[in-house]
Amino acid sequence: MQNKEVLFSIEHLKKYFNVGRDAILKAVDDVSFEIYKGETLGMVGESGCGKTTCGRTTIGLYDKTDGKVLFKGKDVHAMTGKEKFAFKKNVQMVFQDPYSSLNPRMTVADIIGEGIDIHKLAKNKKERQEMIYKYLELVGLNKEHANRFVHEFSGGQRQRIGIARALAVQPEFMVLDEPISALDVSIQAQIVNLLIDLQKKMGLTYLFVAHDLSMVKHISDRVAVLYLGTLVELTTSEELYKNPVHPYTKALLSAIPIPDPKIEAQNTKIRLQGEVPSPINTKAGCKFAGRCQYSKDICEKQMPQLKDIGNNHFVACHMCSGDIK
Amino acid sequence: MPILEVKNLRVSYHTYAGEVKSVRGVNFTLEKGEALAIVGESGCGKSVTAKSVMGLIKAPQGEIKSGSEILYNGENILNYNKKQWQNYKGGECAIIFQDALAALNPTMKVGKQIMENLIAHKHMTKAEAEKEAVEMLRLVGIPEPEKRAKQYPHQFSGGMRQRVMIAIAFACDPKILICDEPTTALDVTIQGQILDIIKDLQHKNDTSVIMITHDLGVVANIAQKIAVMYSGIIVERGTCEDIFYKPRHPYTWALIKSVPRLDLENKQELATIQGTPPDLLNPPVGCPFCTRCEYCMPICKEQMPEYTDFGSEHAAACWLHHPLAPKVEMPNLEGGN
Repeated sequence: MQNKEVLFSIEHLKKYFNVGRDAILKAVDDVSFEIYKGETLGMVGESGCGKTTCGRTTIGLYDKTDGKVLFKGKDVHAMTGKEKFAFKKNVQMVFQDPYSSLNPRMTVADIIGEGIDIHKLAKNKKERQEMIYKYLELVGLNKEHANRFVHEFSGGQRQRIGIARALAVQPEFMVLDEPISALDVSIQAQIVNLLIDLQKKMGLTYLFVAHDLSMVKHISDRVAVLYLGTLVELTTSEELYKNPVHPYTKALLSAIPIPDPKIEAQNTKIRLQGEVPSPINTKAGCKFAGRCQYSKDICEKQMPQLKDIGNNHFVACHMCSGDIK
Repeated sequence: MPILEVKNLRVSYHTYAGEVKSVRGVNFTLEKGEALAIVGESGCGKSVTAKSVMGLIKAPQGEIKSGSEILYNGENILNYNKKQWQNYKGGECAIIFQDALAALNPTMKVGKQIMENLIAHKHMTKAEAEKEAVEMLRLVGIPEPEKRAKQYPHQFSGGMRQRVMIAIAFACDPKILICDEPTTALDVTIQGQILDIIKDLQHKNDTSVIMITHDLGVVANIAQKIAVMYSGIIVERGTCEDIFYKPRHPYTWALIKSVPRLDLENKQELATIQGTPPDLLNPPVGCPFCTRCEYCMPICKEQMPEYTDFGSEHAAACWLHHPLAPKVEMPNLEGGN
């Protein structure tokens, strides 16, 4: 990608939650990255690593604790009034659970039409109706579905409604928060193809949050790997899967079973010991140090910074930045 | 003699809307020490099949139709009396559920939940059972088992709870272990650990495993034999190699094609299966996959296909393998459309 236009610039973003006396949950801890216009940035990590919080803070659904999120150069969290209103039209979100994220008492037409009404995108009732039909057809549903209620649809169809709802206000940027993990395998492929197709047609930018690494590899241009609220590796998806550098990324990739029995039989897996530690009141130093087989003294004491090791491949690890591998 | 033989299993659920025919004539055999994976989408009847083997179909809503046979060591378990059932459940056959938090008793210490099984089936004294329970927790890789045995399920993480479930299941050396999506709710790194434990214990005790899952990666990791289920019937069965390298049923092709591969470099569109599975309230007369199948012929809509045998237990139920059908080559399974 040449002449990349930066859409979002996230600088040292922190989001802490107070979870009781003297207990602070550092959900996102000093994360910096950029999102370019027209790309899909995948965000992966295990549950509780802060990927959803990161997505939500980026579009201003959560207040930040520290740091900055710039959308086209403007601070998202400092926006007020009309500016914020316009920003909210430009960014939309698709949620994981298509059952709880759509209002059961509204018809599909009203769910999609709500955004159109709020942002006054339609001049009259007829135009509103036509827009709703247009978006329904765009996501692979049809006109007859407009006056039904959400409970009449299957999981895959509901997710399509969720996507149509998000698209209806003509956003530039969408946060897709695990949009496929509640769906069946054959339906997952349908939704992913639809998302890729829509991106091509409408020039959208995606932040794709998921824990399914094979899907993320398929859809993303670049992938960010999170561990306990910190960004450990960020690079293009081919590079990440061909040449993972951070020990955590290596273990994560090796843990994924591949649907091919011969490869599975010979594959020498890296098995991580133990589990992800609690993100409450974490120690200083590299968060992965306790489970890392290469861990040295410095890892326990000092948090590694994200460094470019060439080719726009960013890694946060004391042991593998630069020429030490 | 196979340890388990399921013959013409048919299970229905009676709902307010009518009779849902969840399982419609399933046949399979399980040898000693073998791992069989049942693969399929949600609602295809894979869990119901597993529950029938475990004897967990509850009347009056659930009904195992007459004519169904589940032979354990040659004896039909559907004719068991109460005493025999008690011996069988937990002692001979154990199950691991997907949601460990819902499956474990929240008001009971985990050590006690393992002991319960040991006292009931192995007739141990309380002290013996307590020792054995700690030993089981150590075996499934729980650190500080003495301390952990005295804790409640809510004090464990998801992966640890699943280990407790495995400890309970393996406590009485079952001959058959049923795993109903044991890793679906877990993270990938934990999933790997859990699969390793199951495989390890399976080989140590020569247990037969029935693995219910929709994740083809997990299947490739653990199974020797695979049964692909679709809307209540097994559409294809065979060894792991047969199903992954020489699949014969269009649904198996579509299933394999729709999963993106981590180890291959392809960016083309994913193959999809259009539409949704049929409604089992009124299952179709013909092949259940015909409405979504790109090779559908007129006969497919009218009559259920018979199994065509390809040797060494590999069989598929599809009209394409009838001598009169047009020859269809297996599509390239590695890359999209």
